[in-house]
Amino acid sequence: MDLFGDLQVTWWLLLGVLLVGLGVMVGMDMGVGTLLRYVGRSDVERRVALNVIGPHWEGNQVWFILGGGAIFAAFPLIYATAFSGFYVVMMLLLWTMIVRPLGFEYRSKIADVKWRNVWDWSLFVSGAVPMIIFGAAVGNLFCGVPYTFAWDMASVYTGSFLGLLNPFAISTGLLSLALSVMMGGLMLMHRTEGALRERARRAAAGGSLAAIILFAGDGIWVRALDGYRLVRSPQPGTLETPLEQIVTRAAGAWRGNFSLHPVLWVVPIVAFLALFGAYLAARTRRGQLGWWCGALAWAGVIGTAGAGLFPFLLPSSQDPSVSLTVWNASSSRLTLEWMLGFAVVFVPIILWYTSWAFWVMRGQVKPEHVAHDEHVY
Amino acid sequence: MINGTVVDLSRVQFAATALYHFLFVPLTLGLSFLLAAMETVYVTTGRPIYREMTQFWSKLFMINFALGVATGLTMEFEFGTNWSFYSGFVGDIFGAPLAIEGLMAFFLESTFVGLMIFGWERLSKGQHLAVTWLVALGSNLSALWILVANSFMQDPRGAVFNPTTMRMQLASFGALVFSPDAQSKFVHTSIAGYVTAAVFVAGVSAFYMRRHRHMDLAKRSFRMAALFGVMATIGVITLGDALGFVAARVQPTKLAAMEAVWKTEKAPMPFNLIAFPDQARRVNHGAVRIPDLLSLLVTHTFTGTVPGIDALERQAARRIRNGIPAVEALQTLAGDPHDAVARAQFEAHKADVGYGFLVQRYAPDLQQVTPQEIKRAARDTIPAVAAVFWAFRSMVAFGLLMLAYFVMAMLYTLRNSVQDRPWFLTLGVWMIPIPFLANECGWLVAELGRQPWTVFGVLPTWMSVSDHSVGYMVFSLCGFLLLYTTFIIIEMYLMTRAIRIGPEAPGSGGQSGHARAAQEAHLGG
Repeated sequence: MDLFGDLQVTWWLLLGVLLVGLGVMVGMDMGVGTLLRYVGRSDVERRVALNVIGPHWEGNQVWFILGGGAIFAAFPLIYATAFSGFYVVMMLLLWTMIVRPLGFEYRSKIADVKWRNVWDWSLFVSGAVPMIIFGAAVGNLFCGVPYTFAWDMASVYTGSFLGLLNPFAISTGLLSLALSVMMGGLMLMHRTEGALRERARRAAAGGSLAAIILFAGDGIWVRALDGYRLVRSPQPGTLETPLEQIVTRAAGAWRGNFSLHPVLWVVPIVAFLALFGAYLAARTRRGQLGWWCGALAWAGVIGTAGAGLFPFLLPSSQDPSVSLTVWNASSSRLTLEWMLGFAVVFVPIILWYTSWAFWVMRGQVKPEHVAHDEHVY
Repeated sequence: MINGTVVDLSRVQFAATALYHFLFVPLTLGLSFLLAAMETVYVTTGRPIYREMTQFWSKLFMINFALGVATGLTMEFEFGTNWSFYSGFVGDIFGAPLAIEGLMAFFLESTFVGLMIFGWERLSKGQHLAVTWLVALGSNLSALWILVANSFMQDPRGAVFNPTTMRMQLASFGALVFSPDAQSKFVHTSIAGYVTAAVFVAGVSAFYMRRHRHMDLAKRSFRMAALFGVMATIGVITLGDALGFVAARVQPTKLAAMEAVWKTEKAPMPFNLIAFPDQARRVNHGAVRIPDLLSLLVTHTFTGTVPGIDALERQAARRIRNGIPAVEALQTLAGDPHDAVARAQFEAHKADVGYGFLVQRYAPDLQQVTPQEIKRAARDTIPAVAAVFWAFRSMVAFGLLMLAYFVMAMLYTLRNSVQDRPWFLTLGVWMIPIPFLANECGWLVAELGRQPWTVFGVLPTWMSVSDHSVGYMVFSLCGFLLLYTTFIIIEMYLMTRAIRIGPEAPGSGGQSGHARAAQEAHLGG
């Protein structure tokens, strides 16, 4: 494999990093949104919960935007095929996500019960629905997506939108929702006090327990699914189109990588241990430790999915041989090089100033803060 | 075969959502700079009024920013959801600046905007000032990368078509980033944002002065906005001229439409001040012409000519005929990538492959193409003349109007007499919509003028769309219509409400401050 192949794998890994960033940071904010009406029984409690993530949700959301941009730049055929194929679902995702910034910014601008209730419910919807859709999208990768290509590489989606709501995808959707509730709960537990903190703790424990069950269940379920196997393709690292390979389907094929490289089992084991750690931390009221366990759990869960799918990015159930892989869906070598250069410089800088922002805003958010500061949500 | 209705609906949806998004972006760009300027004065002079100003305008900034961020998400989705062929075809080049925008700019802007709002009590003066400047830097860098991406659509540089993968691929990152269109458009657009913010701040301040409210804050804000505005308006006009100069070279069809030039004439060519272009009959009705001015404006000489639509269509027909063999060769290569004859045929005609695609809309089987179909496709290369012509004239007229306004505003504010001229203050309030209209017109000139291409001269719009049903498009259009209408009503309501309430000086306990505290207390714990 030459440099191009290495770059493709590097970008596949980087995409994983961005998805973990999305899960951890956006998932946390969306978990707070989902839990808002449960943990906050009074207006003040809800405002406290919102202000825990208030200074950070804008920056966190960029993990999502960057994830989209990176798929566009590094794997343009995935961006083109998946976003158009999932049209109706994508619109629902988009519409629920664009309500969220307004929910944060506008909710507390007017002190009216009805006004705030409407925004609280929109924050709930814009927290829970996108997380379910993210998870369901990943679940659908394991099931395969019905599309094919025309002669000029125009992707043609041949399924209906209802096909995306299959039981396996719903279960992975719930897994991602459970993980986000766990992260939101842990963050609130760490940064609030009193009854709110107790309810956040229960949510975090419940979320991590649900995630353990769903992750284990999906792991067993995936054996029964028809996986994909790359039988013949051009040498990895050569410029190719999705029309030059042969792919077959077989039950249990998604475990192929794990059988071939047993060391990969470390990844799901880490996920389980981290989830268990998050659960124990929630039980013993250690929010910060729990949060880091939760972040590691996200990495383990996404890593497990990636390790199972590799080299597939978007398998086609319509015509398995045109399935999009790391090798045939990527950008050219020059683009991957330039993008890698920018990522190597800017990702550490982003992590540095994000940590600084959290450090500046550290400490518990108290009811008296939200009552007196006119800048808060 | 792609459905023409789906192409039209996809265009309507993209244009509507982009125009809507572009209502909020320029104000963010400019206001972030004004906030940083105000806070710099606060930190250097230590006068609390400037802190109060920064905090008040940042409240309005955030109401606008939220909707800018929200509707920006739509833009990122739409390339993939509705323009999937485009995304696959040029993602290798177009995706890169978008991803870099996230890495370098949007992360910066979004992370620090949280600290800018929430960090007043937690950061030192100097730290907070740095944070505000970083927000301004982030939003402007963001505009840079988005316009680099946009400029690739206007003047594709630094890319080659690869017949093996059937996609464009990056050939030179430098050529992409340093494209003259990108550079002049970035400066033109970001300064247009400064003009927008200046008119906004001046207008709101005029509103207060008209009612004798918050006089100190209003006078100081007005003065800063007027000085900022007069410089920015001069800049935007200068760069607009540079942009026209670039367009003349790389997008002659856009220029011909902007000026409604149906026929090439001998230099120096006259300028159509007013005209009513008739695309069907290819003439202008009721034209008011200024002799020699067009050559002077576009080429900066009296001897330059501007190719008319007649000449451009003849040239397009030639390029279509030359492009047809290139597309046919590609179809052969799709079946057999190693066909040497087809490869050679493609290489010989590749410069016009996009024009070959253009006629495929009417002749899916290029073997059967007729001269009428070629003529029809050649006519397609001319954008909607009347729309581009009038959008351009409106933009320029708004720009000149704002220049006159700011020159007067500057004179009055430097003489400290603006508060004594109620008519001018009223004018200031009425000026607020003007830059927003000018921005929208500018978008229309740039993007309607680019038609019928998504990537100029390379990829036709009709090919670029996702293969959706009309039903899907109606569904998404209805969803956007419903959500976006609701959003703008809420935003306008909150914005006017925040302006009416006005700045609440800390400790001064203005009426509105009491009212808010009472309402909060009523909501209870």
